[in-house]
Amino acid sequence: MSNNILRIRDLSVNYLTNRGILKALRHVNLDIPKGSIVGVVGESGCGKSTLITSIIRQLDANADIPNGLIEFEKQDLLKLSKDKMRNISGTKISTVFQNPMSTLNPVISIGRQMIDIQYRDKASKKIKKQRSIDMLTKVGIPDPDIQLNQYPHELSGGMQQRVSIAMALQGGPSLLIADEPTTALDATLEVQILKLLKELQEEFGCSILFISHHLGVIAELCDHVVVMYAGQVVEQGSTHEIFNNPAHPYTVKLLECDPASISKKQRLLPTIPGEIPDLINLSGGCIFKNRCDQSIDRCDKDSPILNEFGKDHFVSCHLTES
Amino acid sequence: MSNLLSIKNLRVRFRTKSPFQAIIKKIEDPFIDAVRKVSLEIKQGETFTLVGESGSGKSTLALATAGLLNAEEGQIKFMNEDVTTMTSSQIMAYRKKISYIWQDSIGSLSPRMSVGSLITEAYKIHNLKDRDLKMEANRLLKLVGLPAQISERYPHQLSGGQARRVGVARAISLDPKLIIADEPTAGLDVSVQGEILNLLNKLRDDLGVSLFVITHNLNIVRHISDKTAVMYLGRFVEQGQTDDIFANPRHPYTLALLSANLTPYPEVSFENRIELTGEVPSLMDRPNGCEFHTRCPFSSEHCDDEFPPIHTFKSQQILTCHYPLNSN
Repeated sequence: MSNNILRIRDLSVNYLTNRGILKALRHVNLDIPKGSIVGVVGESGCGKSTLITSIIRQLDANADIPNGLIEFEKQDLLKLSKDKMRNISGTKISTVFQNPMSTLNPVISIGRQMIDIQYRDKASKKIKKQRSIDMLTKVGIPDPDIQLNQYPHELSGGMQQRVSIAMALQGGPSLLIADEPTTALDATLEVQILKLLKELQEEFGCSILFISHHLGVIAELCDHVVVMYAGQVVEQGSTHEIFNNPAHPYTVKLLECDPASISKKQRLLPTIPGEIPDLINLSGGCIFKNRCDQSIDRCDKDSPILNEFGKDHFVSCHLTES
Repeated sequence: MSNLLSIKNLRVRFRTKSPFQAIIKKIEDPFIDAVRKVSLEIKQGETFTLVGESGSGKSTLALATAGLLNAEEGQIKFMNEDVTTMTSSQIMAYRKKISYIWQDSIGSLSPRMSVGSLITEAYKIHNLKDRDLKMEANRLLKLVGLPAQISERYPHQLSGGQARRVGVARAISLDPKLIIADEPTAGLDVSVQGEILNLLNKLRDDLGVSLFVITHNLNIVRHISDKTAVMYLGRFVEQGQTDDIFANPRHPYTLALLSANLTPYPEVSFENRIELTGEVPSLMDRPNGCEFHTRCPFSSEHCDDEFPPIHTFKSQQILTCHYPLNSN
């Protein structure tokens, strides 16, 4: 299938720590179809950030990739030289990070930053400036020619995030990675930014890999959902399937825990007891078995693999295997 | 039941320019009002939540209530004593009855103190020498559902949820009457978020404390609180019983906040969503008339030149708007 813009196969990432080898990602498979929005959801420590940083090859120095393939436009990103990777990131793959204030350089004006990131282009400064103004207009910033002279701290959080989205889209990427871009924003702004992302995605036709821990945001924006837990993909499928017909016990519990899904007022909120397993001393079997209330004997011995559960719906759980 | 805390017409302001700069730059009023004419009442054993966007003055109001900021005008009465006129020794006694759970749970814990000494620090500050600190530490840890061994650990060894629980243990150490919790679930995963809220609810039932919760997560408000106030630019635009506000929001801003609340149902269509354009105006340059009219989808005449009247509905829902929703 050449319809996928990004194809990740059997990706594992280890961190070498003082205590031993921390297996942050284990055998992750992920496809991003052309022109679609794929959401990755999971709690802290599930490997969302490791996944992104390994796609853009910005892993920490103590990281090691023992096996895996990240195929983007018919080339394996993991095998590219640093120079070639540099040409891809920022143009073909670009990223919007969680905190706009730390993405933007505080001592350089917005305009200069937007012109600077077009350094690959040989066009004149005037054209680059005009492009920046056009881009800022597209992301809904009023008076873009005035804003260009401003510094990041003079803009509000929502405006800063719009600027970083504009900068990410300036290279005309075919894949936009959005790492919790709305977490630092208020609810009313969050809705605005999500709507903007969706509109821009349709206009530019790029694919988006959207990372979030907020189930509501994923349901609102994404076409496909990947649920991660402790470094593994436990369930993936279309948004409709995952939210209406969750099959993995973890996904079911995660959805139950979201107070937004409880329509009746109740004093005692549901939780998932227990903690994420230690990724250094992994025992065999299913990764979720300690916190799962339906675990059977088999869960202790074999670790389940992703199996087709329904149309466009894959689950890694022994209970769903027929 | 009598009111534990009652605030009347509270105003808190911050200086924006020094007196000297103000004279040179000819600024007549070098202040901004972070909290303007706010009144509220909290009864014994009740949970009051404050919602609003960032910069709406939620934390300022809470800090002023705890006696950590000076009020410009207005009254804060706690168990029939006026907090605003207290002397410093009275404030010290007042702070035993009111405690604070800080938003940044790890940041609010001193990195050089062990958990055990952190949660018994208040006894030293208030000179309660008769307590056996070790026993108290164990008692408090048990109350918040942490194992006793954790008292040897240091803040950097705690997970987000554990640090939050330590914050709760610190807050209940002096048996307060009121606990102010500033964003108690910010930055926590949904599965842990429920645990912390259940803990707060349990403490409220067991110890009879009142809770003053600040949050911008409307999803949790519905489940934990009795009364809710919605804050915008330092004013309460709507307040009342939580059930009434969720079932029947009457201020356009409340309605907008509720509809901006994303739910995990992909099929729910959002054609009726009230979407706000623009952002919160600056406190230095408040809009004329109704302060919300610049973003209000329903604004019409009078909204931009006249300050809206205060409506009170039978269920004690109070709001300031020219054209309240669902009023017939």
